[in-house]
Amino acid sequence: MAAVARVKVRRPGTGRVIGDRFVGRALRIYLPLLVMLVVTLFPFYWMAITSFKSASELFDFSVSPLWVREPTLDWYRHLFTQTNFPRWAFNTAIVAIASTLISLFCSILAGYSLARLRYRGADTIGWGIFVTYLVPPTLLFLPLTFVIRELHLFNNLWALILTYPTFLIPFCTWMLMGFFKGIPRELEEAALVDGATRIQAMVRIAIPLALPGILAAALFAFTLSWNEFLYALIFMNDSLVKTIPVGVTQELIHGDEFFWGELMAAALLGSVPVAVLYSFFVDYFVAGMTAGAVKG
Amino acid sequence: MGTAVRAKTAPAWHRRRVRIYDREAPLGYLLLAPTLVVLGIFLLYPFLFGIWLSVTDSELGNLGSFIGLDNFRFEWRNTDGVFYTAVVNTFLYTGITTVFKLSLGLIMALLLNQAFPFRRFVRAALLLPYIIPTVLSYEAWRWMFDPTFSVINWLLVNTHLAPYPGPNWLGVPFNAMAALMIVNVWRGTPFYAIAFLAGMQVIPVDLYEAARVDGATRWQQFTNITVPMLRPVLLVVLLLSTILTFADFQGPFVLTNGAPYNSTQLLSIWAYQWGIPGGAISLGAAISLVLFPLLTLVVAGVLFLLRRPE
Repeated sequence: MAAVARVKVRRPGTGRVIGDRFVGRALRIYLPLLVMLVVTLFPFYWMAITSFKSASELFDFSVSPLWVREPTLDWYRHLFTQTNFPRWAFNTAIVAIASTLISLFCSILAGYSLARLRYRGADTIGWGIFVTYLVPPTLLFLPLTFVIRELHLFNNLWALILTYPTFLIPFCTWMLMGFFKGIPRELEEAALVDGATRIQAMVRIAIPLALPGILAAALFAFTLSWNEFLYALIFMNDSLVKTIPVGVTQELIHGDEFFWGELMAAALLGSVPVAVLYSFFVDYFVAGMTAGAVKG
Repeated sequence: MGTAVRAKTAPAWHRRRVRIYDREAPLGYLLLAPTLVVLGIFLLYPFLFGIWLSVTDSELGNLGSFIGLDNFRFEWRNTDGVFYTAVVNTFLYTGITTVFKLSLGLIMALLLNQAFPFRRFVRAALLLPYIIPTVLSYEAWRWMFDPTFSVINWLLVNTHLAPYPGPNWLGVPFNAMAALMIVNVWRGTPFYAIAFLAGMQVIPVDLYEAARVDGATRWQQFTNITVPMLRPVLLVVLLLSTILTFADFQGPFVLTNGAPYNSTQLLSIWAYQWGIPGGAISLGAAISLVLFPLLTLVVAGVLFLLRRPE
């Protein structure tokens, strides 16, 4: 009986049915979840333990390779002293922050304009921006090399700061439009009636209320630019201006020789900022990822 | 509230501006201006320029002259069938991974929608592959697929699932393609799961209660309530995911880069190989442009499959 009473409090479709005992639950929920968790997390585990293994242990499969016997920080030391990794990390951070700020500025204004103001062509432009989201970088990178060359931006971080917004803005605008539409129009109308200008209404009322959406958009933009690879691969050839993804894949491999310990140490460190940011703001991430999906 | 109080004391000239700004078109376009400028220069212009490039014999830093459809002709005839391999692989890669991502994502979402301890933690952990830089996690996979020191093979051999030395993952065409797909599914499934989970959480509880009162089984509830209610989410997710998978570059580039012998070649990688290391930018543009009509076909297909049954 207790089980029946509890059904109503639970989320849809999750209620316990009478007769659903522990064994059934374990087989139906815990076992598949466990399998998924192991498959999902194993590559990260492997990445981590590899980075702490010594060179000889790395290729010793006579005993179980799933554990580190004598952990060492050699690879990390080598990464920081013998490679440009610190520089790549710095570049990645600069590019991610700058392109996120530019994209946020553009998409807050555009999102507000498209969601709130009534004028001719707004719908068409809104669709146009959505369609650009469907144009993948794979289609653009070759002609873009000419544009970057024209602007003399090869081996210059500005090349990335200016091109990343092309895939960030459509996404952020689309997401923020949803958030702006969720704010009751009456709040701004009241301010307008009381003599505020439209811009004041936007800056003082709509934007503060859309802050959760803006934060979600910012997190997404930052993560996407931190992870970007194709443009950085093509526009950045000088080792000192590379970003982490490009530096790690291009410079830590010498010919046919893979320094897996060092490579995995770099991969782990390159993932940490995004992972930390993400673990603090999981709910914003989820809200951001699904804003378009659920509302659209 | 603060605004209302302060606005009462606003001077008369301030009031007049309300009416001016009420005509919203100028402000509307003004606010759109930065976005349109950025997208115009770095997206629309390159896109159109790319179409022009594909009918010229340009190289990097050297604008060529018009040569008609020669690039496309070369692509079809003079590349020992690599073009066909790339097209077929691109479709297989998108189609097969989408089926798996869709079904595994749905299962993952159904599981996460249950009540169990550490639910938040588990949800966060399952999303990780989608968040971590693709290139970096793919490097870990490449190490796991190492020809001699593959930890996957060590596990397979030690659990007697495969005879020693285990499959050569990246050296055999079929295996390499399978490896590409496995890792893509590993990375893409969480996106589906999270979107489905969000979709499930906005389905009204009453529907399930009514169904339960009428004696519907769990499976009937799933097929008659959950699935139809997820249709709008499914549409958006499927659209975004197929496009991104179709044009996927970074993962396959890191893992196989078309090897062995062009057998895992995809249009995106092939375009890069001709365009940047090969220097034949116009040919690369012609190859990547082939993606576009195919992409349109795929998008149309998705929209058609998910049309409202009326």
